[in-house]
Amino acid sequence: MSIPTPGQTIGPFFGYALPYEGDADLVPPGSPGSIRLHGSVYDGAGNPIPDALLEIWQTDAEGNVPQAEGSLHRDGWTFTGWGRADTDLNGHYTFSTVLPGASEDGRAPFFALTVFARGLLDKLHTRIYLPEHPANAGDPLLVSLSEDERATLVATADATGLRFDIHFQGDRETTFLTYG
Amino acid sequence: MTATTETQADLSAEIAELEKLSIEAASAGQNVRQPLLNYPPYRSSILRHPTKDPRHADPETIELWAPCFGNSDVDPLEADLTIAGSNEPIGERITVSGRVTDGEGRPVRNQLVEIWQANSAGRYIHKHEQHPAPLDPNFTGVGRCITDSEGRYRFQTIKPGPYPWGNHINAWRPAHIHFSLFGRAFTQRLITQMYFPSDPLFALDPIYQSITSQKARDALVARYDHDLSTPEYSMGYNWDIVLTGPSRTWTEPEEGDL
Repeated sequence: MSIPTPGQTIGPFFGYALPYEGDADLVPPGSPGSIRLHGSVYDGAGNPIPDALLEIWQTDAEGNVPQAEGSLHRDGWTFTGWGRADTDLNGHYTFSTVLPGASEDGRAPFFALTVFARGLLDKLHTRIYLPEHPANAGDPLLVSLSEDERATLVATADATGLRFDIHFQGDRETTFLTYG
Repeated sequence: MTATTETQADLSAEIAELEKLSIEAASAGQNVRQPLLNYPPYRSSILRHPTKDPRHADPETIELWAPCFGNSDVDPLEADLTIAGSNEPIGERITVSGRVTDGEGRPVRNQLVEIWQANSAGRYIHKHEQHPAPLDPNFTGVGRCITDSEGRYRFQTIKPGPYPWGNHINAWRPAHIHFSLFGRAFTQRLITQMYFPSDPLFALDPIYQSITSQKARDALVARYDHDLSTPEYSMGYNWDIVLTGPSRTWTEPEEGDL
């Protein structure tokens, strides 16, 4: 079996290469059913990280896995389920999207999330769960975590949608995942 | 950037110490094939690595599929980084090509590959880039392509130069091309860097050395491939990429399968 290709940091200079117009808008902002999914990324000193890149991958509102191309040139009508957002100088990111549906009956819906940053030597995976969702109580991952860890994976509702902060270290260190 | 008084000798001593610890960890059965996220010689990693081990999750349906990209996303001309300006960029023309497969050797077909790199003088087109090497008006250093039915990608570009960074005094990155890859499943997402053979900076570079297995480090180094060289035109480099992470079973029929 071949050796898996190791990861390396995204470095400081991805800003002119990976972000593109409409990257974070899975649906047009403000369109019917749209929500804002936003938050900030913090380092171990509590400082915001202005050079992180986040990607989400999700089901549509009915729980279907999108398999339509067009994420890089969005037509405003096709839901591709994938988006990319770089953090601004305040370490803040924003997606415009819809709430994901459960892809399997009775399972808790979530956004799959990958995080990259200068200083971070490989990708990090995690999930963003929906607040107060009834299926959260039976989710195998969530129930395997302590209350504090669980809290790091559940977004909070705000006026325009959901807020989800990411902490690399500290009391509120985000629980990251391996699929092994 | 904060001024540092640390020298390459200081850093090299730290790198050697961590390598020693890692060899012990490997002989105790630990997987050392991925970079150590907590790798203090790369100073920016100190506050930017998780302190807890990741939790195991059984991947769910959405994680076993990958986003879909295609011809509406990428113009085939984006695979040629030498045609963005009105003239040829300065530097050594190269072709970089290889296959993207999963851990079982199956091709990753019709999937997005993105690259970015410095120009031949070691300068990136980025507003925060401060290295006083010349910009090249004919080179942006950004490319994209979609893999073919065998998982192959191919870029035409110029060889990037090494460049200085502020990690310590006289810190230089080995020449590299950044690669961003999607697999057959979201679990296989990868961002990494491709290096060139026999670079004298390998031993000195904390980012490359953060992978403590020599075999795994070697997997980031392209191979000069004379068959990929074009007569009177460009030098060829082959670099194959192996993505890992669980995905759905191969037997499911997929769109595009014949």
